[in-house]
Amino acid sequence: MGSIGMALLNSLDIGLLLFVIAVGLNIIFGVLNIINFAHGALYMLGAYLAYSCIGMWGMPFWLTLLIAPLAVAALAVAIDRLMLRFIYQRDISDSLLLTFALLLILNESVRLVWGTGIYVVDPPTLLQGTVHFPGGITYPIYSLFVVGVGLVFLVGLWFLFNRTRLGKIMRAAALDREMAQVLCINTRTVITGAFAFGAWLAAVGGVVAAPMRAIDPGMGDKIIIESFIVVVIGGLGSFPGALLGAIVLGLIYGLGGRFLPDVNLVLPFVGMAIVLLLKPHGLLGKGAAS
Amino acid sequence: MKRRLTQLVLIIILALLVLLPWITPYFYIFIVTEILILGLFAASFNLIFGYTGMLSFGHAAFFGVGAYASALLLQSSEWPLLACLVVAVLTGAALALIIGYFSVRLNEVYFSMLTLAFGMMVYAVVHQWRSVTNGSDGIAGFQMTSLGLGLDLTLGNPSVYYHVVLAIVVAATALLYLVCRSSFGLILTAIRQNPERVAFCGLNVARYRLAAFTIAGAFAGLAGGLMAPFLRIASPELVHWSMSAEPVLMSILGGTGYFLGPFFGAGMFVLLETWITSWTQAWMLVLGIILALMVMFFRRGVLGTFLDWWLERK
Amino acid sequence: MTQPTLQISNLTKRFGGVAAVNGISLDVMPKETLAIIGPNGAGKTTFYNMLSGRMVPTEGRILFEGQDITGLPPHRISRMGVSRSFQINNIFNEMSVRENVEVALTAYRGDSRRWANIASRNRPVQDQADALLHQLSLSDLATKRAGVVSYGDKRLVEIAMVLATQPRLVLLDEPTAGMTPDETHRVTALVKALAQTGHYTFLITEHDMSVVFDVADRILVMHRGETLALGRPDEVRAHPEVRKAYLGDTDEELVQ
Repeated sequence: MGSIGMALLNSLDIGLLLFVIAVGLNIIFGVLNIINFAHGALYMLGAYLAYSCIGMWGMPFWLTLLIAPLAVAALAVAIDRLMLRFIYQRDISDSLLLTFALLLILNESVRLVWGTGIYVVDPPTLLQGTVHFPGGITYPIYSLFVVGVGLVFLVGLWFLFNRTRLGKIMRAAALDREMAQVLCINTRTVITGAFAFGAWLAAVGGVVAAPMRAIDPGMGDKIIIESFIVVVIGGLGSFPGALLGAIVLGLIYGLGGRFLPDVNLVLPFVGMAIVLLLKPHGLLGKGAAS
Repeated sequence: MKRRLTQLVLIIILALLVLLPWITPYFYIFIVTEILILGLFAASFNLIFGYTGMLSFGHAAFFGVGAYASALLLQSSEWPLLACLVVAVLTGAALALIIGYFSVRLNEVYFSMLTLAFGMMVYAVVHQWRSVTNGSDGIAGFQMTSLGLGLDLTLGNPSVYYHVVLAIVVAATALLYLVCRSSFGLILTAIRQNPERVAFCGLNVARYRLAAFTIAGAFAGLAGGLMAPFLRIASPELVHWSMSAEPVLMSILGGTGYFLGPFFGAGMFVLLETWITSWTQAWMLVLGIILALMVMFFRRGVLGTFLDWWLERK
Repeated sequence: MTQPTLQISNLTKRFGGVAAVNGISLDVMPKETLAIIGPNGAGKTTFYNMLSGRMVPTEGRILFEGQDITGLPPHRISRMGVSRSFQINNIFNEMSVRENVEVALTAYRGDSRRWANIASRNRPVQDQADALLHQLSLSDLATKRAGVVSYGDKRLVEIAMVLATQPRLVLLDEPTAGMTPDETHRVTALVKALAQTGHYTFLITEHDMSVVFDVADRILVMHRGETLALGRPDEVRAHPEVRKAYLGDTDEELVQ
């Protein structure tokens, strides 16, 4: 019983972290209609910046959590202004190619700046240590923090999309760009904002993940594949879908890692393939025009 | 008039390629062998992208498994090279059929995402399955004993292998060209421009996409099968998404709108790589920058832009 | 008692709570030309979308020549002999006019499966394409890029593609929209000529009343997704509900 409980708890923090990152991907898809292939790289950049801030410059964790994602968001604005806007009116494949090029650029830039070594960041002292649950389960306090952050984002983002004017504007722009323009919503700003916001979420994920996972040059690749699996399972463009997909993937990792360690790497893909067979647009996805 | 000129140019190029070992310095044999193989790889990618309009970021999966198939057979059974290549083709096609089945039924955004994901799945499998693929060390230590068809050639000689590659790539390219110029190719082009209309003409678009994807996988497998003996190793890098980026860049560099664009792009790519890696480690960074600049400002590619201009003149 | 080409019963399409098409039932007889009129938003295009497979009905059934085609995908319905044109131009803009028709012909003939077919496509298809272009007076445009020809000519290319698959039921969605009077006359004459051959059954949605009264054997008047009236032109013209809801507006159109 304890091991299942442990496995489930392990799924929780991974799952919620993936949720935050996947929502960023969904926002960018929803408003710009593209897959941001560089999303994992932005996450990685957040993590490496966290290392620099905390590990190299001795900044407190909380300040890093504030500043680093904003820096990445600023970079995203620059990317949008300098690159994406050129090809926005063109075929979608051009945008996809561009974010893919961005992936190459960001990946290598990180490698150039920080080297190929693996870095470690300690959680802030406040969040170190473990907590004991009944049933002999121990759980790192930092993981609890991650879960908390995930829940805060879950509620906050839901509120943003469904209850605020800004959220409505974003949803309008996602549904019908021309109409939004006619209604004098400044679509260019919304687009840049959405891209920056998505990047910000990815970077927050990176900073939060830094004390949890090792920081290495391959983490971007790993997370982008994971985000893809999450949105495919949950449904591209769906907010609840991102949550469901993240939880499912978290469960696959948690339970799979515990009970089926040999095939652990392939399990997520198998899960994705099954969803694709049964519900091609994801468990909660709307019909995407084929 | 245009056709005659084109045919003449192609014949000259072919003649030069045949005579290459005798007219250029020794190391060019290796460079051009690599260009030919990667050109075929890129051309197979362009069947899916330039012709059918699907952007795949996982094409290296088929290339890589073709390489592994070839390497494994050469290592364990010392089959003639042609037989290994046949298996490489079939392996590439089979994998493409499976991955394609999941990927082609949805729109292009999903497609590019899924091909990347499945490509990385193949990488993960190749990387982890030590018992078969030898993991990150790859398959090495094999030799080519014979070509097959009763021809007795020292395939270990780079010049000989170069001519074998040339012959096979030319034959494969000709076949690929036939496919592109056929009625099937016409439908693919139509699918790229307006898939819905094609459906309303009575065709199952997904099935055509899958067919194109499978054919492309077969040719990619062939290219991979030629690559392993050339490199003398089959390693997981050949399956990684960064390898999948290469045919994308080559096609964009050369021009996705023309059949020979990817080959031209492969030539530029290899030459660029040889030059740039001599003074920096950050080849991937330069690759990314070039791709970004090409997509933003030079979308038709180098050869493509030239041919656009040339054909407009006449 | 001839079997109707099209038997539609209770065809309904709901989007959320709104019914774009609500319980339409009718039979279309072979070789007849049925015009469908109604103000914008009446549900005509949604109706077509269901007939051609672009949308799946929420309720109801469609039988084509006795076979149930409800909810089938577009390519299946097309194969069975139903062909449609689109309100917004839906051709292959980067190809030549002839190639556009070749695509439709290739699709119909199933040549595309023989993918090793070289010799610059397929001679018989090219000749057939030229014949079709000639029929629609598009021959001098054969090699021009479809994207650059005039709007009216693009619509004719569209019609050529529709005919290329040798349908028995043709759905024309506002074929004369945006055309000059000259082009309109050409299309109307073409439709009448084709209808007279007896090979086709036509459904035409139109806003141009002169075209409607010229070609239609019967008229279906749609209003808010429902059948307002169905009958011969003179019956419809005299129908009080129709006069009230619709023809009141179109008196102006007739004047134009």
